[in-house]
Amino acid sequence: MSRFWNTAKQLAHYPSAVVGLLIILGLVVLALYCLFTIPYSEAIRLWRGGEDIWGDYPKNAMPAWVNIFPGVDVPVTIKVDSAETPETKDVGEFQDGMRVTTIDLAFDYRHGDFPAEVSIFFTSTFESSRPFISAVWLTPDGREIRIADEAIGRTHSMRLSGNRTLQRRLGNQPAEVGFFLDPNSGDQQTALKGRYILRISAITFEESSAVDAKLVVYGKAHGLAGTDDRRRDLMVALLWGAPIALAFGFLAAVGTTVTTMLIAAVGVWFGGWVDFVIQRLTEINLVLPLLPILIMVGTFYSRSIWIMLGCVIVFGIFSSGIKTYRSMFLQVKESPYIEAARAYGASNFRIIFVYMIPRIIPVLVPQFVTLIPSYVFLEATLSVLGLGDPVLPTWGKVLSAANSQGALYKGYYYWVLEPSVLLMLTGLGFAMLGFALDRVFNPRLRGQ
Amino acid sequence: MLLSVKDLRTWFELRRYGFVRVGHVRALDGVSFDLKPGEAVAVVGESGCGKSTLAKTILGLEPPTAGEVRFDGRNLGKPTRELLRWYRARVGYVQQDPYGALPPFMSVKRILEEPLIINGVKDRHERQRRIYEALTQLKLTPVEDFLNKYPHMLSGGQQQRVVIARAKILEPKLIVADEPVSMLDASVRVEILQLLRELQREYELAVIYITHDLSTVRYFSERIFVMYGGKIIEQAQMEDLLADPKHPYTEALLRAIPDPHPKNAETMREVPPGEPPSLLNPPLGCRFHPRCSKMIEGLCDQTEPPEVDLGDQHIVGCWLYTDQQS
Repeated sequence: MSRFWNTAKQLAHYPSAVVGLLIILGLVVLALYCLFTIPYSEAIRLWRGGEDIWGDYPKNAMPAWVNIFPGVDVPVTIKVDSAETPETKDVGEFQDGMRVTTIDLAFDYRHGDFPAEVSIFFTSTFESSRPFISAVWLTPDGREIRIADEAIGRTHSMRLSGNRTLQRRLGNQPAEVGFFLDPNSGDQQTALKGRYILRISAITFEESSAVDAKLVVYGKAHGLAGTDDRRRDLMVALLWGAPIALAFGFLAAVGTTVTTMLIAAVGVWFGGWVDFVIQRLTEINLVLPLLPILIMVGTFYSRSIWIMLGCVIVFGIFSSGIKTYRSMFLQVKESPYIEAARAYGASNFRIIFVYMIPRIIPVLVPQFVTLIPSYVFLEATLSVLGLGDPVLPTWGKVLSAANSQGALYKGYYYWVLEPSVLLMLTGLGFAMLGFALDRVFNPRLRGQ
Repeated sequence: MLLSVKDLRTWFELRRYGFVRVGHVRALDGVSFDLKPGEAVAVVGESGCGKSTLAKTILGLEPPTAGEVRFDGRNLGKPTRELLRWYRARVGYVQQDPYGALPPFMSVKRILEEPLIINGVKDRHERQRRIYEALTQLKLTPVEDFLNKYPHMLSGGQQQRVVIARAKILEPKLIVADEPVSMLDASVRVEILQLLRELQREYELAVIYITHDLSTVRYFSERIFVMYGGKIIEQAQMEDLLADPKHPYTEALLRAIPDPHPKNAETMREVPPGEPPSLLNPPLGCRFHPRCSKMIEGLCDQTEPPEVDLGDQHIVGCWLYTDQQS
């Protein structure tokens, strides 16, 4: 334990180690936070969800924090729901076999830019006669724009942005422009700021029938991370990417270094045919290309991240590390203290575990730390190649989706930048800590 | 007899290509001696004469090619695991390089605990007690100051005392000390040797003290073995050998002991000409004959000399004394 604190104390002298540790700590906290707030099953449900979950989210929205820059004014999503705010609803008396309900969905619009889309979602209850609604758009300067008069079902979506009739009525402009256009803005079309009202008159034909409406004015910015082409909040993937990346990197690094070191130690200590077999296996494995094998496994067998992890470990055992560790162990094996241990009767396994392995742990620890991000990158590489886990959201899969949607050509830079920055931070954190650990454990490197 | 070694040979294979063997280094080539309980003997000889190989073969670290090692009457020829355990708990080993002999990642306490754990001292308090006892005996006091230190925090003399404590902690009957002071400062050598001597007397320990430095032998042993070219060429009581060396090589060795007297500043000492013998192809006959000033043509370079017993435990392997056999 005192050795641990000694190492920690020495590490504190290296700013890079402190920064690296902070980054790693941040990632670990992020991972833990995410594991506790979004459970595994919930993450998968969210990430695989469609319109039912993400219907109210804008498509391809940039992160909302872009608005903190001066001169940037990107509209965010506005949502008004009569079911949540009953005061917007005016329910009339039931007379002559019908009832008139008026819903006024009002909101303040304060952006110069137009929103991305406008949609209205109706829900109604009835037994056989469908309610009839008419919707009117009231602008701040008093104009009235008729939207539609039609009968609705139990759920009814009006995607106004794609509505051709409405577009023609608005002078060949899509709804999100036509509704908000300032008539005096001329060619430089800007939105009119002020209070807009969507007025819906619903006629229901049954005593118990009721209607609710929800207006969603989709913005062009959302949340901390923005959204993708399927309206999914990228934050889910960015958050969940952290525990997956760390777990994958850590497990792969542990799985390969520990077994590699053990096998190298056993080979060196027993020598003879044991060493021979290990060396030849390593040489064969060294010429096998890992990535094509992983691609093959992913294509023909399974893309599950655990199968991939298993393959990475299995092919990583007889890696070049065996040669490195072997050269160190060969030196350790000849130490007089090993001879002394044999003289007082230490068994083979005691010599390997208690006398040989602790001797090279100082070399192992920094290597281990710098190995973690290389496996994190491997996972991202696999995902970008389309071999990511089919259900789990990871950083690599966000990159892969961005790539397949041509995010960079369309200007969705945040979609590529966010996972990349996280990946780079991970690599940077572990690398900085690893280099500092190397100097602490191998004093010969100091002062260079 | 505690230890009895008969015609012990340890040859190292040079290299093997399939079934083709290139040759052997005959590091030990027919060594025989007996050791009584509680007896201290010194083995002297120049580098490469097989002293360390003798130590390692006796300790069972190198398998002998031929010959026999008996300890307390048991033959250690092809030892079973049980026999080896029994033997190793009764023999201690002190190496030349004290820093290398201590695992650098273990504290002194752990270093001394290891042999006890391995040899089945299960009780923690018993281990603790023996560690305290050993450290106190080797004057590493106050013990608490040393328990949690790592080898690199100790001086060379302290390190060597920890090594001796480790060799002694299992209460062995025999300690093999392979040049225990040659890497230490001259100032601590005598101290370490005296400590070893005290232990030897107090516990009736047999000690095999291996050295190339005849000047330290006086402090230590009752008998001296002189090795040359993988053989013991002369063995005798210490006083006897120092006063009256028989073998020409022993004479030369004794003459080479430096004597810090002003009148010696200008004189060149006479040393045997030539090189130590090749152990790969040892010379025919007596191994010392190419360098010997008293070589008898046609005898020494043809036939190996017999072991001549001159009485009073003085045995010499030389043709010059065959007529004095007692």
